[in-house]
Amino acid sequence: MLESGHNTQNARQLLVMMERIRAFEEHAILAAERDRLVLGAIHPSIGQEACAAGVMAHLNRTDILLSTHRGHGHTLAKGADPLAMMRELLGRTGGCCGGKGGSMHIADFGVGMLGANGVVGANITIAAGAAHGIKILGQDHIVVDIFGDGAANRGPFLEGINWASVFELPILFVCEDNQYSATTRTGSVTGGPGVAARAEALGLRATQVDGNDAEAVARVSGEIIARLRGGGGPEFLHAVTYRHTGHTSFDPATYRPEGEAVKEIAASDPIARQRAALLAMGLGQDVLDGIHTAAQAEMERVLKDAAATPFPPDEAAFADVQDIGSPMQEAY
Amino acid sequence: MVMMTYIEAARLAVQQAMAADETVWCVGEDLGRGGVFGQYLGLQVEFGKDRIVDTPISEAAIMGAAFGAAMVGTRPIVEMRFSDFALCATDELVNQIAKARFMFGGQSRAPMVIRKPVGLWRSSAAQHSQSLESWYAHIPGLVVLCPSTPQDNYSMMKAAIACDDPVVYLEHKNIWGLEGEVDTSLEVEIGAASRRRKGEDVTIVSWSNTANLAVEAAETLAGQGIGAEVIDLRALWPWDKQMVLASVRKTGRLVVAHEAVRVGGFGAEVVATVAEHAGDALKGPVRRLGAPRSLVAYAPNLEDKMRVTADMIVTAAKETLMGAAGK
Repeated sequence: MLESGHNTQNARQLLVMMERIRAFEEHAILAAERDRLVLGAIHPSIGQEACAAGVMAHLNRTDILLSTHRGHGHTLAKGADPLAMMRELLGRTGGCCGGKGGSMHIADFGVGMLGANGVVGANITIAAGAAHGIKILGQDHIVVDIFGDGAANRGPFLEGINWASVFELPILFVCEDNQYSATTRTGSVTGGPGVAARAEALGLRATQVDGNDAEAVARVSGEIIARLRGGGGPEFLHAVTYRHTGHTSFDPATYRPEGEAVKEIAASDPIARQRAALLAMGLGQDVLDGIHTAAQAEMERVLKDAAATPFPPDEAAFADVQDIGSPMQEAY
Repeated sequence: MVMMTYIEAARLAVQQAMAADETVWCVGEDLGRGGVFGQYLGLQVEFGKDRIVDTPISEAAIMGAAFGAAMVGTRPIVEMRFSDFALCATDELVNQIAKARFMFGGQSRAPMVIRKPVGLWRSSAAQHSQSLESWYAHIPGLVVLCPSTPQDNYSMMKAAIACDDPVVYLEHKNIWGLEGEVDTSLEVEIGAASRRRKGEDVTIVSWSNTANLAVEAAETLAGQGIGAEVIDLRALWPWDKQMVLASVRKTGRLVVAHEAVRVGGFGAEVVATVAEHAGDALKGPVRRLGAPRSLVAYAPNLEDKMRVTADMIVTAAKETLMGAAGK
């Protein structure tokens, strides 16, 4: 499974990140369903962690990331503080966005994460623009934009990718393809030979990768990002994966054919595959168990701490809207 | 003071802002050749293709990309060509740009000027003639400006570029050639209305090109011994309630006139605010002029049915004075 030259340390880091993402989301689901502390919808990326861990492993703090409503994993892997993220999910003071965005609008500009987005596909033009801005300012960091397969059927996919192509921007578009557009099988509503072909038609180099294989994602995205840092133009990565949960944590996903999820999860769970790979590399089961336990303990603590944090002050409802004509002065 | 046209005034403001700040850039279709109306003539020669950026016909990408570039520290001036086309970028403006700062808890800013030429422009029909300013006034997070004179198109453009909020900047495309004196040292505070004419008998509140018609109407009224005070709001958010309320308290009469469809137009907001805060000062019926809730046609006689004219403003002002019943 692993290419030669990949060291155990990197493989282990990928597992650690994937375990942390999964533990974070498992605790977010507990907070929603058991504790009723997450009041809005959350869109778990359980099963899709390889993409977050593999791509983000190559980014610096100053590189830019834009993500989707299913973006907890990408954000955590970009370096955001899980406690600030969990506080955000709970709508609390000290959340990444002060409790004003929630799960779908998590952003942490301090680590270059310019926002998850509640509108499918909307981040594509914005990400292209962030790369455009970087170019205008003469900076040397790069942009990674992650979206799902559903986004490929929205207009901004065409407009944003064409834009990046025309202006030769330093951006990697990643289609994290979990095969479902909300609750509809994407293939059933998508014409043509697929998203990579669409990107190629717009002039981008497009690469396909097994999105459940963290090592492969890391290897391929590492090569692409190296090309971007070397001045190469925009590229496209299509990573096929599988969403273990429904569209939201409350969605029982009864629209899936019977047995599909069980079969897919057994075959492709990226964490199980990474554990197997590490065992094959000689790591002990006790080490793997330790990674799992540590991630679970970390996120249990995070949830506990987040739940103990107060809600934001009422005045925050009027803050940070605009400077001129601010509702702090004039709300009516 | 220099004589210049409405279009030249804004171009000068953009040119000066770009010369002063390397992070200011313009993005839109056909800008290198000057833009569809010539608003950017000569600027690509001066500032190059990386700062006067010609784009594909991709309104969503123009708006979205400018926003992304604003979040990383540039100050884009976004050209939408016709305000009608900006509707292709509504998600980017309304769901993204207007909300990002709030949703992200103050982490982001979108210092953008979004130019959307509005208004009736002979025989341009229903998709090139709209005035949708009241939509934008309804969206928290946006500043909404409607300059009506060369001076304001200079001073307000400068203020808009300097503003850290997203500014929806609505120029009226029928007055690109309107000439006037411009004092480049004059600064305009965003949200301050302009008293275009003083009067004691009736207050006429307007904005955009209709404010020019209101001034014309006030001149006619003056010839008939009626003193009309014309308030050009210039900004719809924030808007100068204080000047309007003070004027209505003085005159006791109110006409609001705008080119946009009257139903749900910003005139309703002005009238409602006066009713709430100065209703006791009203001495006659209020008149509200706007387009009928129909569509702008191509044929000139049909197009004219949508038009608010200076004569209509004169009549409305007299009705407030005579206490005539509304239509």
